[in-house]
Amino acid sequence: MSILFVLIPILGALAIFLGSKAKPTALLASGLNLFLGLGCLFCWKAPIWSMSPEILSKPSIHLAFGFYDGMSVIMMILSVLVLFTATMSGKCPEGREKLWYSSLLLIGGGALGAFLATDLFFFYAFHELALIPTFLMIGILGSGERKEAAWKITIYLALGSIILLAGLIWLVSASGSETWLFSELLKSKIDPSDQTWIAALLIVGFGILISLFPFHSWAAPAYASAPAPVAMLHAGVLKKFGLYGLIRLYPMVSEGMQHWLGVLIVLLLGNILWVGFVTINQKRLDTMLGNSSVMHMGYIFLAFAALIQAGSFEANPLAKPAAVVLMFAHGVSIALLFMLTDTIRRKTGTVELAELGGLAKAAPRLAFLFGLAGMASIGLPGLANFSGEVLVFLSGFNGYDGGKLGCVQVATILALWGVVISAVYMLRAFRETFQGPAVPATSAEKVSDFGPFCQIPAALLAIALLVVGLYPNSLLNLLKGSAPEAPTGQTAE
Amino acid sequence: MSAYWLEIIVLLGGLLLLVAEAFLAPKRKIGIAYTAIFFLVLTLVFHFFAQDANIANKELARFYSWDSQAKFFKGLTLLASILTLLLAIDFRKTLSKFTANPDSEDGTGEYYCLILFACAGMMWMASAKDLVSLFVSLELTTITFYILVGFMRRNVGSLEAGVKYLILGALSTGFLVYGISWIYGATGSTDLTVIGEKIAGSNPTYLLFGLSLILISLAFKVGAVPMHLWIPDVYQGAPTPTTAFLSVASKAAGFAVLLRVLEPFLNSPLAGKVVFILAVLAGATILLGNLAAIPQKNFKRLLGYSSIANAGFILMAVAAWTPGSDTALSSKEVVMFYLAIYLIMTFAAFFILAVISRNTGSDDIAAFEGLGTRHPLLAFMTTIVIGALAGVPLTAGFLGKFFAFQAAINAGLWVPVSLGFVGVAAGFYYYFQIVRAMYWRSSLDESPLTISPLSLYVIGTLSLLLIVLAFTPQPILWLIGN
Repeated sequence: MSILFVLIPILGALAIFLGSKAKPTALLASGLNLFLGLGCLFCWKAPIWSMSPEILSKPSIHLAFGFYDGMSVIMMILSVLVLFTATMSGKCPEGREKLWYSSLLLIGGGALGAFLATDLFFFYAFHELALIPTFLMIGILGSGERKEAAWKITIYLALGSIILLAGLIWLVSASGSETWLFSELLKSKIDPSDQTWIAALLIVGFGILISLFPFHSWAAPAYASAPAPVAMLHAGVLKKFGLYGLIRLYPMVSEGMQHWLGVLIVLLLGNILWVGFVTINQKRLDTMLGNSSVMHMGYIFLAFAALIQAGSFEANPLAKPAAVVLMFAHGVSIALLFMLTDTIRRKTGTVELAELGGLAKAAPRLAFLFGLAGMASIGLPGLANFSGEVLVFLSGFNGYDGGKLGCVQVATILALWGVVISAVYMLRAFRETFQGPAVPATSAEKVSDFGPFCQIPAALLAIALLVVGLYPNSLLNLLKGSAPEAPTGQTAE
Repeated sequence: MSAYWLEIIVLLGGLLLLVAEAFLAPKRKIGIAYTAIFFLVLTLVFHFFAQDANIANKELARFYSWDSQAKFFKGLTLLASILTLLLAIDFRKTLSKFTANPDSEDGTGEYYCLILFACAGMMWMASAKDLVSLFVSLELTTITFYILVGFMRRNVGSLEAGVKYLILGALSTGFLVYGISWIYGATGSTDLTVIGEKIAGSNPTYLLFGLSLILISLAFKVGAVPMHLWIPDVYQGAPTPTTAFLSVASKAAGFAVLLRVLEPFLNSPLAGKVVFILAVLAGATILLGNLAAIPQKNFKRLLGYSSIANAGFILMAVAAWTPGSDTALSSKEVVMFYLAIYLIMTFAAFFILAVISRNTGSDDIAAFEGLGTRHPLLAFMTTIVIGALAGVPLTAGFLGKFFAFQAAINAGLWVPVSLGFVGVAAGFYYYFQIVRAMYWRSSLDESPLTISPLSLYVIGTLSLLLIVLAFTPQPILWLIGN
């Protein structure tokens, strides 16, 4: 049944293409998905959600969908939430409704397909499905240097996907598994010498998709010139595909990953510190957000590094929850920030920090929500990112016996400075946009506050940030004890 | 019905139509095409019911095999011929412009008949299991193609293409005969089954030398390095239906023969050396085809290089020679799988090219500019086809490349595999130039495109198939005999 999550948006996109009214159809499809997703929270363990019909007997490939474990559920909720809010909030240019809304639905459908697939083949394939409309949207309907940005993201991500594919094929063939189903793959053992190189391919392949330093330079320009809903969906949801994949496949290559721990730590510190300083220097709100989203990936990698050092999910019980909670929190907060930045752009006509100021007087609700999302992104207690970041830092020190600091611990201490960096750029951006005297672009006569229709999606995301921030168990409970005995579903021949 | 009647039906159909053509009024030549399609569809239906050739007839059984491989390649050839004829129907105006009287359809009738002859030749190639029958059927095909390529004799490009194809084709025939004679000299037989038995006891140097010569000539047929030079020029100059026919049917027939010739060698003690030769050819072909495609400005030439690149990927699957198992496809099956999907996407691309070039008078990539607004449906279908050619997942095109890579990775052919990934990445770049032109650039001419219902229907079916087969590839597995 969980194929519904994929089918609804794709059929919606098809309906739009065949002539049904674009915006209502898209809202209906994504709303239905959100509704279904929230309902699913209460019964995701029911076997009815999983299916795995075999579509090709040799090699055995299944069109398998289901909630493999709590992580899939959390990513599903993130996807439907961001998909709905992105569909609702974006402002489509005149006459391009078809392309706009069908692309959004396809990106969302592809992301959901990747997170819900329980067959490695379709896990990979659906992610690619989501990438194509992303490229097209940036190239056709983006702003600024859209062509260059679209070209760059296409080349980077295509290359990343191909390297990843090589890794996945090798992974499956080395595992000796007869099918591509997660349930069978994760049981198999891989020869350690193969593991090393498979792990390298996976880190580089997934790493490019996640914008791991130094493969990150596609991200900021692409997000800056992408239409806001696409930036929301890619930065918020689609980019988590790589992290999800790394964590999902980690047990198969746990020994091989050990070899790359040192390299990975250097790279993730590159993400946090190097890109952090780059972010401070940004003069535009959109590029700043793009860079900050790259920077925050470093924290999630830090949790992953802690996992690698520990050697298994059991040895560091904090690492996986930390990564997953932060993935969710970052997804929601960056989506909210991109949405609000787009609102600012529409209201004032600029996102140059130097040309903004005093917007809070004319648009207090907008200022409040932006402040909330900004604080969340810094990691203020009470908001979702705090839960995630605290868990990440704790996982870094999990099992530390008070002796000499290991490399993960040193990295954690250095990464803590990232919080300061985040505070610097985010608070400064807030000040320059909303505080101080109003400038002509933001005067009260010219700029009106949020309309009610724009408030709903922003409020939905803000509520999600608060719920997870105040009650992180809402997510953590989903992750408890769900790793090995996941529903695999009956094989329909 | 015995299997060899299939070729006889096609051949007799061709001869009959050639006679009828002489008596038809110039305006009615199109009837020949429809009758030819009828013959081919009939044969395609029969082909599913045909039985093995009469075993009692020993002499024929020596030359003619009827196994799942032969069956598949015959079906593929028939389908490709039908699609070529459909393409030729829409193309006949251009064809007659450069043949005889531009206003009449005089001189287009033979074109349809020639397609039938080539089809019969390639069907024989699929069944040939003796070096002699292999040579004869290959020559029937090649000679027919010389005419098909140079058919627009008042067009300089077509003539140039014809001459180039003729010279290089004759050269490759020379290589083939020379190679066959070495192999015959070493083993004392032209029957591939007997050769397979005698490989172990024969002089390996003579055998490998002979095989290399044959490989060079077959590289010409499939368009692989080092005999790829003719492809871009001939593809660009030849009439579009011929180009499509060459790039699908002729390539597939080449691979059918290649598999037959290589099989005894790859199952012998010489396998290691043969695999090395193949891996080198595959790597070089992938690299050259993909990298040379990048700067192309003409879509037909681009498809030419893309066909070289695809030949490379298929060769990689051959080089990864595996007998297959319950859970993995054998190399032969991967080749057939790949070609089945290659047929769909390549023909779709050529149909689209024909529509574009009829409307804009140009085969350049620039002619696609603004298609997104001029004909959104065609642009959408083109996107699917281009996606499949580039190997984007969730299109059937991905499956073919996927299996080829899987076979090669399992066989540990790391150098061709890494070159292959470079090639795929380059492929993304050059194929998506079309998408970029369609959606990101606007054309000076914003008038809507005209597209014949026949073309629209064929392109629609083919692009739909590319999506449907991505989710239900099992039928292809059934067609290749599983």
